[in-house]
Amino acid sequence: MRYDLQIIASWIEPGSKVLDLGCGEGDLLSSLKKEKQIIGTGIESSEEKVAICIERGVQVLQGDITEEVVDYPDNAFDYVILSQTLQQVYGPHKLIKELLRVGRQIIVSFPNFSHWSIRLQILFSGYAPKNRQLPYEWYDTPNIRVITIQDFRRFVKNTGCRLIREVAINTHSHDLQGSIITFLPNLRATFGVFLVSRRNNGNKGQP
Amino acid sequence: MSEYSEHDRSGGSKVMVEKKFFTFGEPPNQLLLESGARLGPITVAYETLGSLNDSGTNAILVTHALSGDSHVAGCYEEGDHKPGWWDTMVGPCKAIDTDRYFVICSNILGGCKGTTGPSSINPETARPYGLTFPVVTIGDMVKVQKALLDHLQIRSLLSVIGGSVGGMQVLEWAISYPGMVKSAIALATTTRHSALAIAFNEIGRQAIMSDPNFNKGDYYQGPGPVLGLALARMVGHVTYLSDDAMRSKFGRRLQDRETLAFDFEANFQVESYLRYQGSKFTQRFDANSFLYLTKAADYYDVKRQHGNDSEVEAFAKVKARMLVISFTSDWLYPTYQSRNMVKAMKKNGLDVSFCEIEAQCGHDAFLLPNKRQHSLISTFIERLYEEGNSNAL
Repeated sequence: MRYDLQIIASWIEPGSKVLDLGCGEGDLLSSLKKEKQIIGTGIESSEEKVAICIERGVQVLQGDITEEVVDYPDNAFDYVILSQTLQQVYGPHKLIKELLRVGRQIIVSFPNFSHWSIRLQILFSGYAPKNRQLPYEWYDTPNIRVITIQDFRRFVKNTGCRLIREVAINTHSHDLQGSIITFLPNLRATFGVFLVSRRNNGNKGQP
Repeated sequence: MSEYSEHDRSGGSKVMVEKKFFTFGEPPNQLLLESGARLGPITVAYETLGSLNDSGTNAILVTHALSGDSHVAGCYEEGDHKPGWWDTMVGPCKAIDTDRYFVICSNILGGCKGTTGPSSINPETARPYGLTFPVVTIGDMVKVQKALLDHLQIRSLLSVIGGSVGGMQVLEWAISYPGMVKSAIALATTTRHSALAIAFNEIGRQAIMSDPNFNKGDYYQGPGPVLGLALARMVGHVTYLSDDAMRSKFGRRLQDRETLAFDFEANFQVESYLRYQGSKFTQRFDANSFLYLTKAADYYDVKRQHGNDSEVEAFAKVKARMLVISFTSDWLYPTYQSRNMVKAMKKNGLDVSFCEIEAQCGHDAFLLPNKRQHSLISTFIERLYEEGNSNAL
């Protein structure tokens, strides 16, 4: 399983209810089902990947995450996971607000745009950065957002949410290996992983 | 649906099946219908494949669509070139593997393939019911299926599977018998007909009822409304296809000619095809059954019947693991209708999976060989079956 998903999996309490947005082929959910007996459901837009999820016994809905998530009642899940997708979302603020409504806690991971190599690329080449985490040209990238670890921390603070856990990791987007970065994470980590909740759970959907 | 139009040439299947009959509801124990009328005795025609295991955990009910019947798979005799309507899906080592599962399929109430319907003899008059047959609903059809399963001593269903009007029966099963249904697979279906779907059914019914040989449904002594029924089938058939499918299947190609004939014979292939489908249908289907079954489909409304006008409430009691499948080119029961039922299921916290299969052939896609549909259905049931077995250990 991808390294960031391993970190995420380690945060999930056994037996909890989990919603995985953009669940792909169901790697995370199927591992959590087996290892932690969670009740999970995934949302995925690709028919091919949805079929693989069902073949693996993972409950899944084919659809768009922003549209699918609104149908769930408040607090329907213990965790809502948005891994490596935030940078592709059209309305992140609205989506995160919605995720905090349907989940008691949300786990968000994204590529850190302020990694030193990206900074150097812009500084010296003058071109939009391209590397293993962000392997696209500006004109064909699905990543429409530039987010840094520092940006997300500030976002959590400004929107009045509670940052429960945060880990900065050095890994590549599909790698199984990686390491946790504690020193200068905003500069040295390629991905950030955050566990966030509403400030108080009575204050539904008001990040 | 076009159950038999596409499969006639698919070759003989080796599995032999037999049509059996079960009768219940002899007076004074007639079945109370949703309309309040009572009907009985009721005979049910059914076929089974595979065998029920000792723990009774491998039974699968397949529900057929408008023009289907109990002959879901296999052949009646050696050299029979016309296997059942879902022979591509049901059989040994197929998606619904009859080496593992016990499959039951019965002809629906109101049909004309052995189960009591308007063409059956009314024991009180010794004549066919015709339009004196009471209007039946999807709920009534499911009650009859339940009576059959009780008779077969099946107490639990690993799955109920069906498409289109069969899918409505699947939903009805999951809602009405939550304790009995472990999983439900609803293909290309809807919780209620749109005005568009009702409209096409009404055109079909009007075609039948305005046929000079209709005689208010009392036509069994004469030729019957064959022209009306053929026309109804032509209209229906168009709704089961898609623009794409028709373009690639027929385009504007001419039938057995190089140039336009400047007459009203079937110049285009599509005309000829529809005429053929229409007339073939009249040899195997009863016009009154067409009226009753389309009416039952039009009347079906999960919200009204089970949810005090709320679809969410209607699915509140469901316990089955649900799999909902729609097809991209189905404009009769478009994907949004499947999404709506999935939404109501989500709001109830049901275990539901949904997949929209990319398919060119319109509503009939669920009847045609489709790799994706095969793998989704086979793995979905297999998972559940294995989980059930490991829980039992």
